[in-house]
Amino acid sequence: MKVLSRIYIPLIFILLYLPIIIVILFSFNDAGSMSHFDGFSLKWYAELFEDETALKALGNSLSLAVISSLLATLIGTFAAFGINKMRSRWLKTTIRSVTNVPMMNPDIVTGVSMMLLFVAAVSIPFLPIKFGQVTMIIAHTTFSLPYVILSVLPRFQQMDKYQTEAALDLGCTPAKAFFKVELPAVIPGIVSGLMLGFTLSLDDFVISHFVSSPDFQTLPLYIYNQTAHDVKYSMYALCALMVFVILLLLFAVNFAGSLGRGKKAKKA
Amino acid sequence: MKKIILLALVLLMICALLLSSCGSSEEGEEDLGDAITLYVYNWGEYISDGYDDSLDVNAEFEKYCREVLHKNVRVNYSTYSSNEDLYAKVSSGVTPTYDVIIPSDYMAARMIAEDMLEPINPKENIENYQFIDENFRGMYYDPDEMYTVPYTFGTVGVIYNTTIVDEDDIGSWDLLWNEKYSGNIIQFNNPRDAFGTAQYFLKYSVNSENEDEWREALDLLIEQKPILQCYAMDEVFNKMKGSSAAIAPYYAGDYFTMYDDNEDLAFYHPEEGTNVFVDVMCVPKNAGHKDLAIEYINFMQSEEIAVANAEYICYASPNTLVRESEDYIEYMTEEIHEDAIDILYGVLDDEEYVDKMQYFHDLPTETLSLMNDLWEELKLKSNISTSIYVICIVIVVLIVALFVIRFIIKKRRQKFFDLYKMN
Amino acid sequence: MKKKSFIEGFAAVPHVVWMFLFVLLPLVFVVYFTFTGADGKFSFDNITNLSRYLHIFLLSICFALIATTLCLLIGYPLAYFMSRMKPKTQKILVVLLMLPMWISLLIRTYSLMAILDNGGLFNTLLESIGITRVHIVGTPGAVILGMVYDFLPYMVLPIYTSLSKLDNRYYEAASDLGCNGAKSLFRVAIPLSLPGVVSGITMVFVPSISTFYISQKLGGGLFDLIGDTIEREFQNKSTYNIGAAISLVMMVLIIISVAVMNRFSEGDENERGIIV
Repeated sequence: MKVLSRIYIPLIFILLYLPIIIVILFSFNDAGSMSHFDGFSLKWYAELFEDETALKALGNSLSLAVISSLLATLIGTFAAFGINKMRSRWLKTTIRSVTNVPMMNPDIVTGVSMMLLFVAAVSIPFLPIKFGQVTMIIAHTTFSLPYVILSVLPRFQQMDKYQTEAALDLGCTPAKAFFKVELPAVIPGIVSGLMLGFTLSLDDFVISHFVSSPDFQTLPLYIYNQTAHDVKYSMYALCALMVFVILLLLFAVNFAGSLGRGKKAKKA
Repeated sequence: MKKIILLALVLLMICALLLSSCGSSEEGEEDLGDAITLYVYNWGEYISDGYDDSLDVNAEFEKYCREVLHKNVRVNYSTYSSNEDLYAKVSSGVTPTYDVIIPSDYMAARMIAEDMLEPINPKENIENYQFIDENFRGMYYDPDEMYTVPYTFGTVGVIYNTTIVDEDDIGSWDLLWNEKYSGNIIQFNNPRDAFGTAQYFLKYSVNSENEDEWREALDLLIEQKPILQCYAMDEVFNKMKGSSAAIAPYYAGDYFTMYDDNEDLAFYHPEEGTNVFVDVMCVPKNAGHKDLAIEYINFMQSEEIAVANAEYICYASPNTLVRESEDYIEYMTEEIHEDAIDILYGVLDDEEYVDKMQYFHDLPTETLSLMNDLWEELKLKSNISTSIYVICIVIVVLIVALFVIRFIIKKRRQKFFDLYKMN
Repeated sequence: MKKKSFIEGFAAVPHVVWMFLFVLLPLVFVVYFTFTGADGKFSFDNITNLSRYLHIFLLSICFALIATTLCLLIGYPLAYFMSRMKPKTQKILVVLLMLPMWISLLIRTYSLMAILDNGGLFNTLLESIGITRVHIVGTPGAVILGMVYDFLPYMVLPIYTSLSKLDNRYYEAASDLGCNGAKSLFRVAIPLSLPGVVSGITMVFVPSISTFYISQKLGGGLFDLIGDTIEREFQNKSTYNIGAAISLVMMVLIIISVAVMNRFSEGDENERGIIV
């Protein structure tokens, strides 16, 4: 059993990573080909940074991810607070199951359903809605919301409710109690929800594919368009860069997490 | 608490980084002041875009607007991959209102018929229209020369890889049905061109209104499906360049782009005849900046720009300035392909072959929906071997068996417990 | 006290409004388009016309089923082995497992295609050691391979999570009672990790049945799945009725199968929906 696991785990992980590693390796390929390696070169990266469409898509992706994740966190945190305080069990479960719909539904269904809504909205004369940034922000906020609530709500539930009561007894207004006692207690949940929303938005292709328009391209849409046309080799450089950034983000989060935990353990 | 602060710091840093990067990209635009955005919707890979030291035509136009017209214009350039895509996007209102679109002849005809295009009267309004070859004026789709300005013209032919395909097998459309090259053949991923290949092979008219002929073409395409590698449009470039596929029908101009990267590729016009097309620049009726759009079209037909485009996309140009430019002819022959001029323009001089070439016409609604139906039928037809289904059934049976066994075990256990309790 | 109820009562309102506008209303639109014709009149035609797409549904279910089974067969041992490693190693392996989940599906699928293509690295290597090229792209096998490759981490992670929660003393008790390695796997680990298996199956089955990028790239557009059909209906046409009908049917299909799956898992609600 031990021997088997010694072989099996590395094998699967190598297979899982092989295509990604090959793409990263070949993004440095001087030949600009996927079949043979001619020599190390950074020219595709240089080309990438001159490609205005790609840079524009990067800007769009980042601004969209920031705006939609902040919006989702804002709405989601208050919602979690409200849901936690709700007394009616029926109302609670109804809201929670509706919230989970975008998470359970296949992306493509979420995408086309929102597209239908927006097509209808565009045809209403006085609504200033156009396919593009606005529809993308709405869509991305919508699919990030359940994840934000999923990471914030348990924090509210685990919180010691006597603390709030104590704060109220000591003269805090409910609003002050919320900001002074409850909010700090749930901050880790909020941060992880924000991070999650940010990454999900950065990564989303399927929903964006249906609700965006050609003049608002994000990175995944840019990559999709590239792979449907004559692929510029600099796209491989872009892919490699995206992998690096995600690697960095993931390790930053993990590192920060373990650092914090270490400190806490010492304190205790 | 430390952890929280750290996380918040990391996040703040990321956000700041992001915002700064967004800010800088916006600043660049702000320098232009209140820029007018001109929406141009074109085929993929269909303009000289500054790649590989070519001229960036859209940037040149922006410069031209700044320096000559004293206007701040930003060209918003996006692409589609088939006429049908273009039509769906323009007619559905999902997308922004485009100012310049470049449909093919038959699609322009349909758009004119459906009153989707603005009459721009190029003879009066577009100075450089005078350089358009007489042969490409007043064509069937725009007899009064009111709506369109030809951008390029071209033919469809078969591109093949000489290291894989025998010279004996070439010459006819039947190469696309040759089982010897199973798994190496690509077919068009749009109904009009795909049915076209079958119709030319069968020597039928591509504008036929006879249902039987269309069905016969469908049968031929269904017969072809098992030996195909894929249905593709612009993915063809990578597949042919990388020798991933050996045979693909595609546009003559694009052949040269592929040849540039892979010299094993060759091209022929099938003997049964083929499709000839003109792609035309038009202005949709609901365009936001019609004057600017006309300016853009005029700009595209000025000598320097037209030559740059023709050299970059390698399609034949209907602009006589290009045809007569010695630089252009020299460039095409020496840099691109020794037969380039012959392949691009020569077919039109071959009188015997010209008779075999056909333009796509706008099909009547019934034929159009028939074609779309048949295309759907072709796409839905999957020649999957039954083994997939067999495997699936086995899996389902196993799952059911698993549940049954679990159920039985549970029952037995229950019985055992009951017995135990009784004792 | 009045103030308190005010804040608490209204904190969730923006969210409820948002959910109504952008989750429920769009679904209402899907239903509306399903039951109207192109002319906007009520009709059942879209549903009855779906018989034409019947084998697309069958094919998609088959592909997704095979891919899910393969993921389970490959993923379960991986999760099991992982859960038996040292805690430090486990942590590293989990990060390694999560990383591909965050890398865009487009990148992973496209790189897989670029490698397996007739002129790709894989075939060049085969040729250099004297074996003839194998056509992979454009076969059903390639589509299934793509699904397995793309979604394997989604299967492993939930199974691993439920396995790692298992108290080691269960295994000890089993071995005290005479169960050796393999037997304790079947008698202890598998039954107790069933909730993880169920959520893993859902997390692989749902994206596999609705994918279109994988079948476009690795299947060469030769095997249309439900996702491709929906995508074509919505991207290349200006009437969305048939597309809406297909989406609705797929949604119902998935809801039913997920409900059935959950019925068979004995885990409670909190065990499911492990994300990240």
